[in-house]
Amino acid sequence: MIFRVFFAIFLVAVAINCSARSTGKIIVSNEKSSTLTILDSDGVVLNTIDTCARPRGMHFNADRTQFFVGCADDSIIAIYDVKTLELVGRILNVEEPETFDLHPNGIHLYVSNEEDATATLFDIESGELLGEFETGEEPEGVQITANGKLVFVASEAADLVHVIDVEAQQVVADIPVDVRPRRFALTPGDKELWVSAELAGIVNIIDVETLEMIGDIPFLPTGFRKEQVTPVDIVMTRDGSRAYVALGRANHVAVVDVKSRKVLNYLLVGNRPWGLALTHDESRLFVANGLSDDISIIDLDSQRVLKSIPVGQVPYGILIDDY
Amino acid sequence: MLLLFLVTIVPGSADGATPTEIPVYYLMQAQDDYYAAVRGYAGLQLKQPRRPLDGVKSGLREARVLGRSANIKFKLEVIVGEDRDDIAARIPLDATGDSIVFIVADLPKEDLLYLSKQYIDKPVLIFNARHRDNDLRGPACARNLFHTLPSYSMLYDALAQYLKKKRWNKVLVLTGKEPQDLKLSEAFKGSAKKLGLKIVDSKSFAVSNNPQDRSENNIPILTSGPDHDVVFIADSFGEFSRYLPYQTARPNLVVGSEGLVAAAWHWTWERHGAPQLNQRFDKVAEKPHMSPQQWAGWAAVKALVTATVKTGSTDFKAVSGFLRSAELTLDLYKGAPGNFRSWNNQLRQPILLHTHNAVLQRAPIDGFIHRTNNLDSLGQDAPESKCEL
Repeated sequence: MIFRVFFAIFLVAVAINCSARSTGKIIVSNEKSSTLTILDSDGVVLNTIDTCARPRGMHFNADRTQFFVGCADDSIIAIYDVKTLELVGRILNVEEPETFDLHPNGIHLYVSNEEDATATLFDIESGELLGEFETGEEPEGVQITANGKLVFVASEAADLVHVIDVEAQQVVADIPVDVRPRRFALTPGDKELWVSAELAGIVNIIDVETLEMIGDIPFLPTGFRKEQVTPVDIVMTRDGSRAYVALGRANHVAVVDVKSRKVLNYLLVGNRPWGLALTHDESRLFVANGLSDDISIIDLDSQRVLKSIPVGQVPYGILIDDY
Repeated sequence: MLLLFLVTIVPGSADGATPTEIPVYYLMQAQDDYYAAVRGYAGLQLKQPRRPLDGVKSGLREARVLGRSANIKFKLEVIVGEDRDDIAARIPLDATGDSIVFIVADLPKEDLLYLSKQYIDKPVLIFNARHRDNDLRGPACARNLFHTLPSYSMLYDALAQYLKKKRWNKVLVLTGKEPQDLKLSEAFKGSAKKLGLKIVDSKSFAVSNNPQDRSENNIPILTSGPDHDVVFIADSFGEFSRYLPYQTARPNLVVGSEGLVAAAWHWTWERHGAPQLNQRFDKVAEKPHMSPQQWAGWAAVKALVTATVKTGSTDFKAVSGFLRSAELTLDLYKGAPGNFRSWNNQLRQPILLHTHNAVLQRAPIDGFIHRTNNLDSLGQDAPESKCEL
């Protein structure tokens, strides 16, 4: 019997090794239950693993063999192997990490430290703290330009977007934006920076060249009032044609035409969607619904929500290992 | 000691100009009975009020980097006066010209109104983070007086919405002998009428063990009588009400000063970024667990900082105009943008309904709507306002 089990594990291991490099796995961080839910590409729950306390932001490493999980209540960033889902490392003493972004050099991780009003820079190989930048209270979204020159950090409580010059290693501008800035997206070529302003119910658009605000996109699904619309996560297609914005309390995801800045559609999902992730072929969108403890899977061709899948408590972020 | 509380200096913006310094005056009296009274027995302090000051400090700490972006530095000046004239004399109004002067007042109500009158034609804005009395938002309101703490009617409208939603329509009201207790139950009765709850009986209670007073001190007797769904208790000291749950004649729930309580803030609130605000507060404060008044102190600073930074000005007209406008959008950590009601200077805000260790609901409760802003389903609305600004 034991032999058969081992043999089965052996077969599975062989099957994984023989398949394409990506595992097709979907990883969801559950902020309140301190777990990661692992799903297959059809949304079937494969596994739930305990992780460090209050896991939120996640990110792949450069070659996508590992992923990072920021755990606010343990002040660490845990490093997992994508294939085995085993903990392979920890970056210690990261004050209440919320989200982070990896510099194109593949080594430097810029982290927002929520309780500490700082952004910090870590070397992911040595775990060494290389830099610290003063921000407003509750720094959240972190976005590095594709050319690696600038890092943007949103300060939720100060209504500011801080601009860090990577070469100079200092904050070179504080851009006032609308109330409670949360997350970012960049259009191709680092031209426009999109910032969700959660309590203003809009996305601010900043010209990256001049660092000036050049536009807004308001959201208002039918039947909702302005104060119920609280956008958080934004993802954009690689060609910069479409953006998807999770509208929080309004329980919808907005589909935006990036060029015209017009909302094309609102898709009803679960309760308080925040985290978003696109599949690599950009045919499906995964949505983490923080207050209904599930994720929604949206087929983007038909613009229909295919299904919702229960995960852990207060799902926050989603990673998809599909390329 | 005071120096520790001053906002630390942050470097000026990129051009290196010296930041404009804006003082925030926190006014209190050396002797204040409201805080002096020990509300307890044998070392138990049940509802000892806490000064809004730590909330103000927490708000000013948050303002550092925002100030950096606008090249402004906010500085806390705590004035501890002997009496109201002493306090008034210590605010250097002559030196400030048309520049705005911000005051967070932690004063007895009559002194608050006195100072407000003194400054009515001066470039002064006063924030009340201490008093919930309805009349301050009604007949006793003033143009220069802003309220970040919700009024009793806002709190009890929230509670009444919850009872209505639960269809717990029949309420027994118990009221203590303190003047404040009467204000609580009067406000609740107003909310009950507004939301269509039925007060089946209204009785007063006494804190005593005298067998001859048992109609007022015996809980089973007080809570028998007409059938009801919940007991509302108005007990500002909290000594009687803490013995009420589980001792009622019938298995009824308790709301008001005990059981389910309506408040501006509770330390266990965990939505809308509240854990972050609570943890920032705990770092700065003498004691952890932010009280509603301390939250209101924080909210006052949030409002004055936002208005100053957004207008980029210290001019009284510009800043106070923006503060009164619908353009002001404050993140109050309660999930709905806050600004001040134009008819009585009351901060619009959701209300939390909490037990001793959990927030159960946030009002406005789903389904209670208002023609312009659902937050205005709580408290005195424009048409019925008796405030003339």
